[in-house]
This record gives sequence, structure tokens and C-alpha cells, in this order.
Amino acid sequence: MVKGKVWKYGNNINTDIIAPPESIELSVKEAAAWSMRNVDPEFAGAYQPGDIFVAEHNLGSGSSRETAPLMLKELGVRVLVAMDYARIFYRNCINVGMIPVECPDTDKIRKGDIIEVDFEGGKIYNRTTGETYPSNKIPAHIVGIMERGGLIPYLMEEKIRKRNA
Amino acid sequence: MGMTISEKILAHASGRECVQAGEIIWAKVDCAMMDDLLGPRVEIADNLEKMGVPVWDPEKVVIISDHYTPPANIKQANIVKYTRDWAAANGIRNYYEFAGPCHQVMMDKGHVLPGTLVVGTDSHSTTYGALCSFGTGIGSTEMSGVLATGEIWLKVPESIRIRWDETLRTGVMAKDISLKTIQKIGHSGATYKTMEYCGEAIHSLNMDERMCLTNMAVETGAKAGLIGCDDVTAAYLKENFNITEDFSRFNADEDAVYCGDLQFDASELVPQVACPHEVDNVFDIDAIDRVRVDQVYLGSCTGGRYYDLKMAADLLRGHTVATGIRVLVSPASRDIYNRCMREGILETLAEAGCTILCSTCGACLGVHSGNIGDNEVCVATTNRNFLGRMGSKSSGVYLASPLTAAASAVTGYITDPREFLKGA
Repeated sequence: MVKGKVWKYGNNINTDIIAPPESIELSVKEAAAWSMRNVDPEFAGAYQPGDIFVAEHNLGSGSSRETAPLMLKELGVRVLVAMDYARIFYRNCINVGMIPVECPDTDKIRKGDIIEVDFEGGKIYNRTTGETYPSNKIPAHIVGIMERGGLIPYLMEEKIRKRNA
Repeated sequence: MGMTISEKILAHASGRECVQAGEIIWAKVDCAMMDDLLGPRVEIADNLEKMGVPVWDPEKVVIISDHYTPPANIKQANIVKYTRDWAAANGIRNYYEFAGPCHQVMMDKGHVLPGTLVVGTDSHSTTYGALCSFGTGIGSTEMSGVLATGEIWLKVPESIRIRWDETLRTGVMAKDISLKTIQKIGHSGATYKTMEYCGEAIHSLNMDERMCLTNMAVETGAKAGLIGCDDVTAAYLKENFNITEDFSRFNADEDAVYCGDLQFDASELVPQVACPHEVDNVFDIDAIDRVRVDQVYLGSCTGGRYYDLKMAADLLRGHTVATGIRVLVSPASRDIYNRCMREGILETLAEAGCTILCSTCGACLGVHSGNIGDNEVCVATTNRNFLGRMGSKSSGVYLASPLTAAASAVTGYITDPREFLKGA
């Protein structure tokens, strides 16, 4: 269960918006300040670790650039909630240790709401409005990766150690 | 039960007789491609060190410095240098630099074959599907896992069958097929799925045109965009690599199961334009208001191939580009550059007033060689028109075919190329 203040965006927050062209040549630490600049210049400076990143359809569309989730992670994003995600971004989030939750009702969530995400129980509680929304149950093989802290520790355990044993 | 192309390739890659959409498999990767932008420098080098394992098979790895070549500043130069040094230190002999955008180089140099599983740290790795290879984009951490183990987990995707019947009319290109298909499916309509193209119009396209189509499959969210093997595939393999193997065993079975079926008539298609700032914001060209253009860009892994530049040159011959605009041409690879030079195509373009750039990804993603300024408009043969993609957030990118780009270069407005091709 994770509770936090919402930063809310709409459809098609693509990887060029999350990680603009100018930012990619920088280190992730430097690049983070550029995140979302073209749609919300306040975001990078004001996002607090523990806040929750909420969007609507097709979050993370476009490029395979892992700098996009890494920049969000650098700013303190741990949990994302969206109606649906672009495929590569979704995998990238899991691989770098973030939790992308799917919820069909993110259009009811507003900036500044306090929400509580129960990703095991598949529910999101909006503590500001009192509403409850369903969220997806994360598939078992992905939980396996998350429980080990991301893809690299998972592969170390499941593939490399077994191969060397 | 019959299998789709995706199921056949992924069955082969996972050492199984048969797999079905929805299954989670571990698949062996035939080729892993990294670029400079998202290659070794982003997590990969660190992760491999953390895991303490070498690259599983350096011969199956290709590294291409293309996004930051030529470097515009010291940071970009150091990224290319890092990539080059990392390739050398890890025994990667397949390293290319200044050879052009990675997907074209992968094809030019024979790193892609039908029936293979190819993963790349660039989302347009779907390009390889033109040659019936399951090409798909992955992130950098994912790539670290591939480099360490040679394997990747995949969910076998469902497939949407996209049939284009009849043939294209004069002035209409694969790019228009691509944009029309994306408009119908929507920018996330094929997320987690494969787009499998078929029909007379598809099979009558040359390999350059096919690559334009599969390249943009990812713009619908698709995992891959695939075209079955046919005579064009066989001729391409024979001519370029002297390969005569019949790969039609990877073609879809007649009783394969699809999650969707779309049908189009190519003879009714007119030039298409994707307006800012989404790739599915597509209109017939005659439905667009008069849009003044500041820059025309012919290039990238989507629209800078030999056939693209040849078509543009044929239209531009005897014309000059409109006053006050710039027209930039970046051939999609050094091999294409050289061929276009030998055949006089670059000369025709240059004499018409185009500026010939080296083969690079640069302007397509707004990192060098042709960024656009405040409120400027660019007509581009590239793949994305996202907010701020090629430069200023107040600029606008219109995606169109090489012919539409060439016609717009002459008039200075977004222009239907058929106006120049009447009687052709």
C-alpha cells in the first residue's frame, strides 16, 4: 500500500515529453530537471518523493528511451497509475524498479488528490474524494521480477546463478 | 491450430514446435542491436559489471553510433567515444559509426534475416519485420539482461492482420499506407500486439517501401510489424547477400488466428499527412488548410532510403526549392548516400537547392543537424511529430511521404505531389 499526493496528466504523455531531446545527452541526475518541461514546467522542481504520478491513456508512448523512467525515478517517482501504458515504457518501469499500476478511472483523479494504491488488493482509494477505483492485479511473472527488486537481480538469481551452479 | 508469423518466429526462438498468443516464453535472441543514445552508456555497462558476466556472444551484438554522429557538442562527442571504446573493450566487432541510422545499417550489412528474433535499444527496431524478422525495441536494462544471458522473456503477442488490396496510384507511397493504417488503428490500438501486413498492395512494394511500413508499426504501440516472405524478399536476399534459402516456412498458416482484421483498398488511397502532435492525427492531404513550411526534412530510418530520395529527386528535377525555406536531405545510410551519389540523385537534389547532410538520426529527434525554432513548421519524412520532437515546443512537425515533402519543398506549402505528377 502506497499513499501520496497526485500529479495528474492526460493522454499520450510520451517519452519525448518525459525525456525531451535536450535532456538525453545529460546524466540522469542532470536530465531529471528537464522532465515534463514542455507540458508542466513546475513538475521537476516541485515533485516530492512519495508523490504519485497519474496519467490517462497510453502513458510512455514513443521511444524505447529508458532515460524517461530513470528521470522520473530520479525525481522520486515509485508508483505510476495510468489507464494503460505503451509497451516498452511499461517494461522499462518494472525493470528499473518502479510499479506501473493500471486503473480505468484515472480521469476521476485530480492533481493534488491524496490517493492510496493497494496494488496487491487491486484497489485505489481516493482519500480526498472518498471514491474507490479498481486497479489491475499485476501478472505473476512480473511480480517475480518486482519482488527481487528489478530485472537485474531477478536474472542474477534465476538465470546466471542457476547456469553457473 | 495454425500459427501467425509472430508465433512461428517465437516458437523457433524458444525451441518449441508451437506457441500461442498469450504465452510467456523465454526466447533466444539472434541479434542484439544497441545505438549510442541508449546503448552501453545508459545502465548497460554498469549492469553487466554488477552482474559480473561478459557479453554472451559478441558476434551476435551490433553497436551503431548514429544518433550523435556527427556530435554537436562535447557531451555528444564523449557519448560516441564511450560507445566506441566500450564496443572495443567488449570484443564487439560489429561496430559502426557515421554509417547511418541503425535500422538501415542493420539491413544493409546483413544483420537481419527472416525468422530471426532481433532486439534493439531503439523503438523502431520493428523495421526488421519487412524482412520477416521479429524486430522489437527494448529498454537499456532489458538489453543488459539480453547481453548477459542471450535470452529475453516475451509474451507471445496476438496479431492484427492488415490487408491492403489493389495497388497504389501514382503519387502515393508506402508512407501513406503507413499513416492511414496508424490513423485507423490509433496510436495505442496495437499495444502488445503484432501488425501483420498482407495483400496485393503490400506484396507489390519493394523492400525500401516495406521498411517504411514496418518501421512505423511501433507508432500504434505494436511490438512488431511483419510482412511474410515472397519473391521480393527472396530477390532482396539473393541480390544483396547471395542467400538462396527459402524462408517461407515462417509465413503465417492459412488457419492462423488473428485478434483483428483490417482491410483497405490501396487504389483509393491519397497522400496522407500526420499533423502535430500525434502520429495518428492523420488527414487526406486535400483536407488540410494551406500550411506554410519553414523546413522540409527528407531522411531518417523511416524516409531516407534510396527509393525515397529517388522519388523526391524525380519530382524535384527541373524545379527549385521555394525561397525562404530550407530543405535538408539525410540519406538513411552511407551505402544509400553513395548509391545516390553514383546515380546522380544527390546532384539533382542539390541543384534544386536541397542541402545534403551526412547519414544521421540528428534532426528527426531534435538533437542536431536541423532542429527547428519557435513557431516553425517542418514537413518531415520521419516517424514522430510529438510536441517538441524536432526542436521548440511551439514548433509543428507534419509527417508525410518523400513525394509530399518534395512537392512542399517546391511550393513552400504542404502540397499534394500529384499536382506535379499529372500526366506522369
